[in-house]
Amino acid sequence: MANLEDMKEIARKARIDVIDMVYNAKSGHPGGSLSCMDILVALYHNIMNLNLDENGDRIDKFILSKGHAAPAYYAVLSSKGYIPHEDLKTLRKIDSYLEGHPSNKIKGIDVSSGSLGQGLSIANGMALAKKLDDKEGYVYCVLGDGEIEEGQIWEACMTANKYRLNNVIAFLDYNGLQIDGTIKDVKSVDNLNEKFASFGWNVQEIDGHNFEEIISAVNNAKKSLKPNIIIAHTIKGKGVSYMENEAGWHGKAPNEEEYKIAINELSK
Amino acid sequence: MKSTRKAYGEYLVSIGNDTNVVVLDADVANATKTEMFKKEFPKRHIDVGISEADLIGTACGLALCKKTVFASTFAIFMTGRAYDQVRNTAAYSHVNVNLCATHAGVMVGEDGPTHQCIEDVALMNVIPTMKVLSPADDISTKKILELCKNEEGPKYIRLGRSDVEDIYTENDIFKIGGSNTFGNGTDGTIFAYGPTVAIALNSKKELAEKGIDVRVVDLYSIKPVDRETIIKCAKETNKLVSIEDHSIIGGIGSIISNVLCEEYPKKLEKIGINDTFGKSGSAKAVYEYFGLTKENIISKFI
Repeated sequence: MANLEDMKEIARKARIDVIDMVYNAKSGHPGGSLSCMDILVALYHNIMNLNLDENGDRIDKFILSKGHAAPAYYAVLSSKGYIPHEDLKTLRKIDSYLEGHPSNKIKGIDVSSGSLGQGLSIANGMALAKKLDDKEGYVYCVLGDGEIEEGQIWEACMTANKYRLNNVIAFLDYNGLQIDGTIKDVKSVDNLNEKFASFGWNVQEIDGHNFEEIISAVNNAKKSLKPNIIIAHTIKGKGVSYMENEAGWHGKAPNEEEYKIAINELSK
Repeated sequence: MKSTRKAYGEYLVSIGNDTNVVVLDADVANATKTEMFKKEFPKRHIDVGISEADLIGTACGLALCKKTVFASTFAIFMTGRAYDQVRNTAAYSHVNVNLCATHAGVMVGEDGPTHQCIEDVALMNVIPTMKVLSPADDISTKKILELCKNEEGPKYIRLGRSDVEDIYTENDIFKIGGSNTFGNGTDGTIFAYGPTVAIALNSKKELAEKGIDVRVVDLYSIKPVDRETIIKCAKETNKLVSIEDHSIIGGIGSIISNVLCEEYPKKLEKIGINDTFGKSGSAKAVYEYFGLTKENIISKFI
């Protein structure tokens, strides 16, 4: 299990991988990859039980519902040995298995994602399967803040409440930006705590770049009798100065000069 | 006489002692007949309420944890409202899930066009790797569901609302990619699936009385479709007719036409819904309105 210092270093290197991948692919989504990176690193390197049960299933499950953060996901899977590091630069190329959005043909990925709004329902299904079999383990799911504009998310919230799926632990990557601008301007998903709480969820709010807070929130969630949402305040483009808090870097690759600046900043 | 949805409910109960089986519904359990399973095995019946997108995702999550999953709602909602979930979650992830949609076609009757799904075969057929099956009666429903239970990947099973005549016996054999041919007449072939198989068989009987000997092919496996049988019938019989409770655009008529075009070009007369919405009325009246009748089939041969 990685400690706080290890995780910071793993996340720094994985951020470099993200920039490398998107730069090489000449397309992809750096902003939202960098914002959820610390959550993914904490999950994979500290929180989740990645051992297999007697049926060959991972004890803890993970779904990246905001599938466009695939570069972050692939970088973290690579840091755990699921994806060979040299394969990362093949992202989005015709002869690569690293599709633009996560595919479950990739080792370590249980379900494909990318069409927004669908991951939480899948997480519920997995959590229900665990409940029916009285199995240990949790189902983790990372949602985008823009993504929760999809109605299916709220359908899933009601289902999780109905079946008391307290083994679902979802993170909301709350970076405040989506393609067309700020979340506030585009759809205004205000009062998130109240929204989720009124749907019967246990709500926590944290700094999504603070590993201690991420881990502590998960520990709290494990004591909950309700499904869990951890609203993680994050910075879109975190770690690269000119990408931070800029909606324009949602789905754009850096040019050569921008690439060098990003790598330089992340190498410090 | 029994509806294929009722046969589905009975099948679910028959396999319910297997604790790995989970059945899902979206607030129409009394209509899809999954309530029959719910009565016997309430803990393994998951009702997500009126949220079909959530239905598909939840079903897939269960199936990804190796549950044997049957998910049901009406065809219009499963294939229309939840199309993206069926495509991107169920099919693209190659999930072992049985999507059992009832109330397919204009057979729905009185509820009218909003609930009469005449596009589901086209919509499901075009999804990569999706298998599409449509049983014609009680026995074929149970046999096809058993096939699907043991077949990996996503499957769409099309079921109907009204009672249909019994056609098959326990000795009849079904397989994914198969079909069943009734008779060996050479005057023509009537291709059908689901509720139109019985209509086709009744036409065949009446045509025989007029000295016209046709065969009927039940293309219960819509995808993969039995290409060999289609080509064989095109070669061996004079006239080809298809009849379906579905749009002729993208339905079995289109599927057969594709095969013929590629392998053995021959004219096919298509009976079905032709670029129009359905109509409220009794199932019988609606079938007559759209020409899904024995008389209409016979008229194509005389």
